Amino acid sequence: MTSTVERETAPAQRTPLYESHRRLGARLIEFGGWWMPVSYPAGIMDEHRTTRTAVGVFDVCHMGEIHFRGERAGEAVQHLVTNDISKLTDGAALYTVVCWPSGGIVDDLMVYRVSARHYLLVVNAANLEKDRRWFMENVGAWCEIADASAETGLLAFQGPRAEEALQPLAGVRLRDLGRMRFVPACEVAGMSVWIARTGYTAEDGFEILCSATDVARVWERLVEAAAGVGGKPVGLGARDTLRLEGKLSLYGSDLRDDTTPFEADLGWVVKFGGADFIGRGALAWQRAVGVRRRLVGFEMTGRGIARHGYPIYDASGNGVGEVTSGGPAPTLGKNIGMGYVPVELSRPGSALQIGCRGKLVTARVVEGPFYRRKT
Amino acid sequence: MTNESTPDDLLYTKDHEWARLEDKDGQTTATIGITRFAVDHLGDVTQLELPKPGDSLRQGQIFGSVESVKAVSDLFAPLSGTVVKVNGMLYAAPEHVNTSPYRDGWMVQIVVARFAEKEILMDPASYRTFLHEQAE
Repeated sequence: MTSTVERETAPAQRTPLYESHRRLGARLIEFGGWWMPVSYPAGIMDEHRTTRTAVGVFDVCHMGEIHFRGERAGEAVQHLVTNDISKLTDGAALYTVVCWPSGGIVDDLMVYRVSARHYLLVVNAANLEKDRRWFMENVGAWCEIADASAETGLLAFQGPRAEEALQPLAGVRLRDLGRMRFVPACEVAGMSVWIARTGYTAEDGFEILCSATDVARVWERLVEAAAGVGGKPVGLGARDTLRLEGKLSLYGSDLRDDTTPFEADLGWVVKFGGADFIGRGALAWQRAVGVRRRLVGFEMTGRGIARHGYPIYDASGNGVGEVTSGGPAPTLGKNIGMGYVPVELSRPGSALQIGCRGKLVTARVVEGPFYRRKT
Repeated sequence: MTNESTPDDLLYTKDHEWARLEDKDGQTTATIGITRFAVDHLGDVTQLELPKPGDSLRQGQIFGSVESVKAVSDLFAPLSGTVVKVNGMLYAAPEHVNTSPYRDGWMVQIVVARFAEKEILMDPASYRTFLHEQAE
């Protein structure tokens, strides 16, 4: 059993790679209670492009890892998440949200099924304590729930050349590892790891879990392997622009305790066909009566960069919402963003205005991911 | 901090703008930009808002903004004066601010209205000390 002792609530923690980042000349910022590299000397633009064209190596050790083990582990996970985990086979993962009874989102996370008796949930760093409490409170008696975050290292290896660069180090044939699949017991450079074909960059790639004591060595081997194909370490700055281009939501910005999956354009992770889950009643009601606001993607048609927190206006200048994420899209050469607007304004093509530091700049609602990789 | 990152022929503000003073036809002009320190903190510059020729700048007041991938910062006028030239190239190629903050990345040139205002700017040595203190 993993320790359930309260983890330190010191202002900002250091991942096992803190010293490596310093040596690489990273700019470190506080994020979700952790000192994380926002970028290395190459800069956000370069790191972004490197991930789109070669491969980027990301320290995501700040993420939380919570294991559910026991006869009723599956039942416990299903009670918490809106997606249907009965479809998961051993070695498969899915994306889902966990909701409050109100339908608001507690967190968005990945569920990995190791076996019918063992599931791993990878959660947002800033939500770890909230999630753990919520899980214990609701299903703590159903199975063993163990927070292994402190003992677990997590790295992402993302980009079109990820498979090619990782294969020589990996103890499995990566070509056989499908999207959203993972291998829970294999090796990278002789160290015991899990390899998952998952990510948060809208690119092909892998996420590699290992022991926190091995992660610095795994990191170094991955950085070397990346360098062989023109890749390099990539910080949180580019991770944010990459996920924004893929229109992947960020908890705390695009998703919050008071936004529901239907409002957040995540209706596809809510499955009413399966077992009961927390928030089901409120979500069924919302589906029946419809939502009043929706998270949309927009691109700036005027000259301006939307940022988190900027107000959104309709074409006549009435305040209608707020930007939840925004910035330049390096791959597209445009400025883009996301935000909640009334349903009437959520259709692609709808005209919006963004209040960029006191100036109204025109924008237009656009469909789906801003960037889609060629397959 | 090397002299390359804080050239000797410039004056500096606490907000990390620089001004290069020159005498031309009996007038003093100041070319204005942001320092290497500012650029390193901003990261890749993607967009700028700059005044137009003829606009007036007042010392210490906002005269534009510079946006990087992650942040937006105001630009504060090191000196008062009237804008005579704007580096329009930066609208198409804002990366010059990163690659060459003291040459190609200059932003505006003004005719200085009150020469005495330069007294409150920092000389290179003072600015280096200021940066050093900031780092601590």
